[in-house]
Amino acid sequence: MAFKFPSPQWTAAFESEINGSDAYANAAKQWEGDILLVIDESPGIYLDLWHGKCRSARFVSDAGEVSPEFKIIAPMAKWQNVLAGKLDPVQGMVTRQLKLEGNLVKIMKNVKAAQELVRCATKVPTEY
Amino acid sequence: MWYFKSPEVVFGEDSLSHLQQIEGSRAFIVTDPTLALLGVAGHIEGLLQEAGFATELFAEVEPEPSLQTVRRGAECALAFAPDWIIGLGGGSPMDAAKAIWAMYERPELDATDINPMTNLNFSKARMIAIPTTSGTGSEATWAVVLTDTEEKRKFSTGSREIVPTIAIVDPSLTTKLPRRITADTGLDALTHAVEGYVCSWSNDFSDGLCLKAAQLVFAYLERAYTDGENDVEARDKMGVAATIAGLGFGNSNLGLAHAMGHSFGAHFKKPHGRCVSLFLPYVTEFSINGGAGRYGDIARFVGLTTDSDEEAGGRLLVQRMRDLESAVAQPQSIASFEIAPADFEDALERLCDHAEQDTQFFTAPRIPEREELEKLFQYVYEGRPIDF
Repeated sequence: MAFKFPSPQWTAAFESEINGSDAYANAAKQWEGDILLVIDESPGIYLDLWHGKCRSARFVSDAGEVSPEFKIIAPMAKWQNVLAGKLDPVQGMVTRQLKLEGNLVKIMKNVKAAQELVRCATKVPTEY
Repeated sequence: MWYFKSPEVVFGEDSLSHLQQIEGSRAFIVTDPTLALLGVAGHIEGLLQEAGFATELFAEVEPEPSLQTVRRGAECALAFAPDWIIGLGGGSPMDAAKAIWAMYERPELDATDINPMTNLNFSKARMIAIPTTSGTGSEATWAVVLTDTEEKRKFSTGSREIVPTIAIVDPSLTTKLPRRITADTGLDALTHAVEGYVCSWSNDFSDGLCLKAAQLVFAYLERAYTDGENDVEARDKMGVAATIAGLGFGNSNLGLAHAMGHSFGAHFKKPHGRCVSLFLPYVTEFSINGGAGRYGDIARFVGLTTDSDEEAGGRLLVQRMRDLESAVAQPQSIASFEIAPADFEDALERLCDHAEQDTQFFTAPRIPEREELEKLFQYVYEGRPIDF
């Protein structure tokens, strides 16, 4: 069964993938920080990530209702490329196709965790 | 979507004379104490002063420059108010100069704030990079590698806006380069060329540059090492190779040899080029064993084979790398750096952590799992060919 992106159902499936991933757990064991993935200007997918686990995930219809440490903002077409594995998220940030609000250094010091997080997202059966 | 960035490159004999054609009035020269002592910095200052420039020298850049040094350099630049920043030296002074340039332009920023996503909007100065080694390629890239002395790790960042305005590659500056540095830096250029070609961010613009650079290093490094003081052609070609490799990898990325080399070099305080080239043949074997990479292309381009078999070509390339490293007396295992087994074992987890966190790790053609990464370090320690 495919989940519509973005939606509360897709977000729940993403949370399950993250918490089922040993690779993410290992790569993100030092990570502390919450992230909002923003599609266009809204909605968003909020992730509270803490030492290799996702403590909570929720779909937010208004991206302005949360104030996370990091926001990654991109149009729907770019997110589709990320989820299809066509756009490396780091390359996307470097070329400003994905706009990052937050401390890039912290992301770059945890680049493996970022990659594993995206890998979890690509495993969610997705439809648009 | 991707970008191709390049400075204006002035190369060949007497290219330093271009300094007397630039327009401006105040030049801030960033270099290291050795180049100041040898009079190289003074020579550059003289050329600029003859052209009417007021100059100031900041000759405090140490090998593997620290964040603290570039902060100090930026303060000096702010006080002097130059319209040109000159990075003179190997990778360390040129990288430091780029960071100082950014912090001079944007005093509210720290070096750690330089990144591809921040608009720097330079307006006060332009930059000239003048390499005095043939390897780093920093004169042609938007990368900066600094060392965070508190965390004992390299800090890699960059911005397309800190590509030097002009790169001047004059062979007269490298003829007296000691053999050891010739080898370290030349093999660094080879590592840039190979990893720039095989990494996952390679592209049609970078490919040809990387292949040409690899060809030049294989053809000229041993000559530059053996008789560099007299063989001006070899010095000239190695300078060109390093800059071309810089353009290649600077518009692509790098891979595992750099991720592991950065981690190893920062922890044990070993020179950059010696470290990254140490890992190059091993990570090439690792990639070939996994069916990854385009190493056969390189083998064919540099004339090792005409066979289209990718794996066979790749293995010829590995052998050629090892032969060249032997010819220039390069250490080929971690043990040969005289690192005790216990010290290596104590460091292994941290070496793996920092390699995994390196920005070049994830563009390698074959990305190791944690256990494979540990094994890679262990094999390199012992000098064993990679069989997994």
